[in-house]
Amino acid sequence: MKIHEYQAVELFRKFGIPVPEGRVAADLAEAQAIAGAIGFPVVLKAQVLSGGRGKAGGVAIVANSKELKERFLKIKNLVIQGYPIERILVVRALAIQKEFYVAVTVDTFKNDVVLIASRQGGVDIEETAKKSPEKIQKYYFNGRRELEVRSWADFIQTLFPDPASQMAFSKIAGGLVELFQRYDCSLAEINPLVIDSQGRFYAADAKISFDDNALYRHPELLALRDLKYEDPDELEAKQNDLSFVKMEGNVGCIVNGAGLAMATLDVIGLLGGRPANFLDVGGSSSPKKVLNALRIILKNTKVKSILINIFGGITRCDDIAQGILEAKKQLDIQPPLVVRLTGTNEQQAKELLAGGGINTFSSMREAVGKAVVLART
Amino acid sequence: MSILIDQNTRLLIQGITGRDGSFHAQRMLEYGTKVVAGVTPGKGGQSIFGVPVFNSVAEAQKKTRPNAAVIYVPARFAKDAILEDVHAGIELVICITEGIPVLDMVEVMGILRGSKTRLIGPNCPGVISPGKSKVGIMPGHIHQPGPIGVVSRSGTLTYEVVYNLTLNRLGQSSCVGLGGDPIIGTRFVDVLELFMRDPGTQGIVMVGEIGGEDEQRAAQWIQSNAVKPIVGFIAGRSAPKGKRMGHAGAIISSVDTAAESKIRILKEVGVSVVDSPDEIPAALQQG
Repeated sequence: MKIHEYQAVELFRKFGIPVPEGRVAADLAEAQAIAGAIGFPVVLKAQVLSGGRGKAGGVAIVANSKELKERFLKIKNLVIQGYPIERILVVRALAIQKEFYVAVTVDTFKNDVVLIASRQGGVDIEETAKKSPEKIQKYYFNGRRELEVRSWADFIQTLFPDPASQMAFSKIAGGLVELFQRYDCSLAEINPLVIDSQGRFYAADAKISFDDNALYRHPELLALRDLKYEDPDELEAKQNDLSFVKMEGNVGCIVNGAGLAMATLDVIGLLGGRPANFLDVGGSSSPKKVLNALRIILKNTKVKSILINIFGGITRCDDIAQGILEAKKQLDIQPPLVVRLTGTNEQQAKELLAGGGINTFSSMREAVGKAVVLART
Repeated sequence: MSILIDQNTRLLIQGITGRDGSFHAQRMLEYGTKVVAGVTPGKGGQSIFGVPVFNSVAEAQKKTRPNAAVIYVPARFAKDAILEDVHAGIELVICITEGIPVLDMVEVMGILRGSKTRLIGPNCPGVISPGKSKVGIMPGHIHQPGPIGVVSRSGTLTYEVVYNLTLNRLGQSSCVGLGGDPIIGTRFVDVLELFMRDPGTQGIVMVGEIGGEDEQRAAQWIQSNAVKPIVGFIAGRSAPKGKRMGHAGAIISSVDTAAESKIRILKEVGVSVVDSPDEIPAALQQG
């Protein structure tokens, strides 16, 4: 789960990370009031969860209230990657001397939390990591939850020569790590971290995302979620314990298991078709889940055929068959159904479906081929 | 021969009285797996399907000497369940549970370093050595003993692959599900190494997917260590960028984590990568 910059800034404040003075504004009057309180020049920053804000013109420095009005209204009218701008962060403009990068994340190969720092900030860090890896320093925690004094002292020498900067940076790094651990983040990033003309450090940007699997222990974070950025169908699927991703094609898919679902989409592509969605009904699928899955798929009017591909293990094929028959009764299913069932209780399932006039396949390739052909006509 | 588990595996089931745990305990017993104990805190002293239940792993360890454990407990208790096994010195822990917080797994992995425990999973279907022992949730009947080792990041896709192998009379030495999470205890390289050393394994199937760079690390290892033919399949070629495809670890975050990069790199080191799971048997027979 991602949150907006202004929300991340509030969390930074709580954990003692210095941020430039300012607040988020929903309308022009509010923005003028904030600017009036902190003094011009100020920076206006569109609040979006998608990238590409700078390129889209979502950030501007303004020197007076006339400029503020002009630029505020312009930014407010932007649509960035399909999303309208509802809020604009107004902060004091800094006299930037130097920009750095610092982030805490999980290195999934080393199975450890890592703090990544670079004396080159404000740029795409992945690009830097690839082109000049020597410009990036990594501090591993070895399973600890905080900075360890001695190894940190060694690490920070390589970044800052002077004790004052070392101290200021250590305080920021410590806060970032504490925040990361406290809220089960998957990323807590400051890019850029800046030094102003008086040698003070500020987080000039704030990016935080959280581990969805750990949200149960931080219920307060759910209030920060911006539902506008969630696809309503994907949200509905999640509420029904289904894993769903919308795609561009016209072959609707219901599969059990994420790996098999991905492979099914791949074989659809291989045989010349285009999948309309990824949908994993999960293990131990009850008839109800199949009904909900079909309901979500049928909302997509582009769907020309629906492929149900089930490899029964814990999932019982007869449960799936029951769900399909129930769905046929309750829903108006126009696109043709192609059903492939193999595994646990396959025979019972096939008999059930044959009774309902639905033909089934045992081979995945044959079923996919059929669904692809039906989607063409 | 086989790897990780065989007829001598003495299994402990954590969460044996729960819905999933009890269902799969029965399936494993039917398959012939030697289940020596179950653990559910607060239910010690009972017995289920003839298997004694204990309150803690330590107690079960003292009384029944298991050498492997399988975990079916809910995600929020999974970290402690794994750590109980580590402290009791259980050599092999297979964690089926899905949805464990990443930082819980970071903590577990920190403690696992320097212990003698090997962890498979989490969020995995388990391990089976056909005809000998089944530890996990896979349907036993689709497997058949034979010379092919299977290692995969997925569950049902592994069944699909195994089903095609068995249909083509290619039996399996062992099938290992590594799990669909970003942090997992055992990775491709570890299992490939075991298969290379196992005299009962003559060919290997590796099933990867988008996300992470484990397939790339495997390719590096394969280049200088592979002495048996390997056939590969990578799921997720049609997956959109930046979307999590069911598995927590299956997300294209950069070019390197996309299917095409993995396929290219594996092909470069001699792995025969096929386009569809049903092409695996033919590729093995050619290899």
